Amino acid sequence: MLKVDCVEKAYKKGGLFSKERQQVLNNVSFTCDYGECLGIIGESGSGKSTLGRLILGMEKADRGTVLFEGGKVTDRRVRSGKLSAVFQDYTSSINPFFTVEKALMEPWNVRGIARREAQEKMDSLLDQVGLTPSYRKKYPHELSGGEIQRVCIARAISTQPKCLLLDEAISSLDVSVQLQVLDLLIKLKKIYGMSYIFITHDIQAAAYICDRVLIFRNGRIEEIIETSRLKDVKSDYAKKLLRMLITF
Amino acid sequence: MRVVKNLWKDKLAAASFLVIMVTITAGIAAPLIAPNDPNEVNMNLRYAASSWEYLLGNDHLGRCILSRLIYGIRPSVLWVLVALFISVFIGAVLGFAAGYFRGKTDALVMRMCDTMLSFPGYVMALAIVGILGVGLENILIAFILIKWAWFARLIRTSVMQYAEQGYVKFAKASGISDFKIIYQHIVPVTLSDIAVLSSSSIGSMVLQISGFSFLGLGIQAPNAEWGMMLNEARETMLTKPELMLAPAFAIIIVVSAFNFLSDALQVALDPKLVTSKKRSFGTNAKNKLQEKEVAS
Amino acid sequence: MIHLLEVHQLKISEASTGKVIVHDGSFQLKQGSCLAIVGESGSGKSVTCRAIMRLNKPWLRQTGRILFKGENINALPEKEMRKRRGKNLCMILQNGMGAFDPSSVIGVHLKETLSEHFGWSNHEIAEKMKKAMESVMLKNPSEVLNKYPHQLSGGMLQRIMIALALVLEPDLIIADEPTTALDTISQYEVLEQLIQLRERLGVAMIFVSHDLGVVKRVADDVLVMKAGKIVERGEMQTIFLAPRHPYTKYLVSTKLALSNHFRRLMEENSVAES
Repeated sequence: MLKVDCVEKAYKKGGLFSKERQQVLNNVSFTCDYGECLGIIGESGSGKSTLGRLILGMEKADRGTVLFEGGKVTDRRVRSGKLSAVFQDYTSSINPFFTVEKALMEPWNVRGIARREAQEKMDSLLDQVGLTPSYRKKYPHELSGGEIQRVCIARAISTQPKCLLLDEAISSLDVSVQLQVLDLLIKLKKIYGMSYIFITHDIQAAAYICDRVLIFRNGRIEEIIETSRLKDVKSDYAKKLLRMLITF
Repeated sequence: MRVVKNLWKDKLAAASFLVIMVTITAGIAAPLIAPNDPNEVNMNLRYAASSWEYLLGNDHLGRCILSRLIYGIRPSVLWVLVALFISVFIGAVLGFAAGYFRGKTDALVMRMCDTMLSFPGYVMALAIVGILGVGLENILIAFILIKWAWFARLIRTSVMQYAEQGYVKFAKASGISDFKIIYQHIVPVTLSDIAVLSSSSIGSMVLQISGFSFLGLGIQAPNAEWGMMLNEARETMLTKPELMLAPAFAIIIVVSAFNFLSDALQVALDPKLVTSKKRSFGTNAKNKLQEKEVAS
Repeated sequence: MIHLLEVHQLKISEASTGKVIVHDGSFQLKQGSCLAIVGESGSGKSVTCRAIMRLNKPWLRQTGRILFKGENINALPEKEMRKRRGKNLCMILQNGMGAFDPSSVIGVHLKETLSEHFGWSNHEIAEKMKKAMESVMLKNPSEVLNKYPHQLSGGMLQRIMIALALVLEPDLIIADEPTTALDTISQYEVLEQLIQLRERLGVAMIFVSHDLGVVKRVADDVLVMKAGKIVERGEMQTIFLAPRHPYTKYLVSTKLALSNHFRRLMEENSVAES
């Protein structure tokens, strides 16, 4: 469904006339199937968020292509309603001037879904993410981090996308809330059958919901492995990563 | 609606708003409100004290000061507002484009702004008036030409700060068109910045236009304008200082009203600040800090 | 045994509304031991820490007694308090990027701190800092000292803060979520350095975190906070093995759910391998 092929990306370093470029992504290729949950694990600065932006079509790759259902992802029509995302920073993920209701309406407005129909759907959507209809009139600053992230998930799945990209979506939450959100994601996956691309630095969380993980370092894929065979990683970096994990 | 309601709760803001509204309507309806013809010379009434017919007295040519004050609203406030709107509009369009699209658009717009801003404002205005000739409309054109770059630059900074927010990213990712994202997400959040910027610069613009008229470059006699009224009163400053009071107070009141309103607008436009204001009666900057603290 | 820090009836409230943020919290800290405060965000962990440092915002009112080496620091004048901060009480913050002055290189900032407290010469400071930085596994200390905060990673900044603590040799270190913003490897390294720091200086530590896995590595005693109240306290082992309060049980169970899943994954495979 999603096919990333030989993608490279570099950013210009320094000022307007500087020629120096920093390579962020280096020959990245992988695929993600329907209904699959793919984890992308990497340190901060490894380029995993840039990869996320490329998958979402927000930036163009220097070389290579990102194809979604056969179409180029940079084309708005290809991804409209089918590809969605939840981001890390919950303090800015909802427009502070929007109520929860208005934020949830946004993706529907684009697709031209009638207001009345959307209103009906909204309650069941809020219910699915574990919120009550009373949240509709609230502003984001009146919600806790976990609640905002639930609203963001509701907003992301409102168009029933084929693929949901979660960029560090749980990293800034408390551990106890992280688990709730992860369980919610697993539940939603059963209902909608969508695939997830789960970008994180937390291996435990990735292992909790992902079918396959992609270990990412300095803009390169170190290793792609099934979660069930995580123990058998080959690369040194992945081994180090697992060894240094602080478990409870 | 919420904004108006919030503004109404703040007494100072409500008063300022009222003053501005009254001023604007008085300016528009000047012929109906003004008790006398502002340009009617009556040498018998030179320096006359206030009377029932001439509430604020008469000036050195025996003209009704109150009527001149009311007619003076037109160039001093109304035309300044028009010039402001045009320059904010130009600045906003370019600023939004530069801040949102970045890259080459940004570089081009910013270099244009740099060029404009590298001339000192007053000198630029004088130059334009020198080329186009003396007159109110030329001063206004000069204002627009100078100010847009300043607005574009500030609006760009404000836009850039919001263009990286999560909700903009989400909107981009879910395939909403750039125009719609700007209109739905960036305009509302930057509107408070723009409102504050323009309402605070209106004060200085009113002062500047009065300043140019004071120098004799703006509107020409016998038409009334507050700065020119000050200039005319200057000759008798030592003998009849009270002639200066009316236009001076008019300028002070209108400029402070705009400034107070811009402060209050900043609070009223931000849903976060409003609720925190309800919670605690601290000053506005303090609340903002507090909110940041909570958010971080 | 004398307690290094005793907090009696610490109550923190918003001055304007009287809303109580921390309810009458009391706890003690022995010389050289490590107390972890766990709880979800908004439970008042960080506010409690900042109350000990007396660094809360002016609109938060704090009452109660905070005895540090038998002296009530809650009643000290600001000037005296400033002398204690850094030298006696040292704080390690969550966000390294925000903890250093972004407009100057790291070295300048550190020099300022050290010369304020000890009055050392520049040369002395540089020597001591270099030594400390080498001991927290930072390579090329002189190069690092000449960099701006944004040029360094979060883990490096965190380790610089620890190195500074090493030089300051405080009696009490308050670490407020020191590893939360870091990724796996730096998290591990920073935690190792913190543990070593304790061993080397024998310093007492208050460790704030919401991650029980991290807490388990460093803490002797644990304090569980919820909505400004201390709901459970005790030794680390007893709390985590046999939590009594439902909230503690909930915290432990969520962390266990994540960890167990992971461990099962790893173990299953080791069985399959053998």
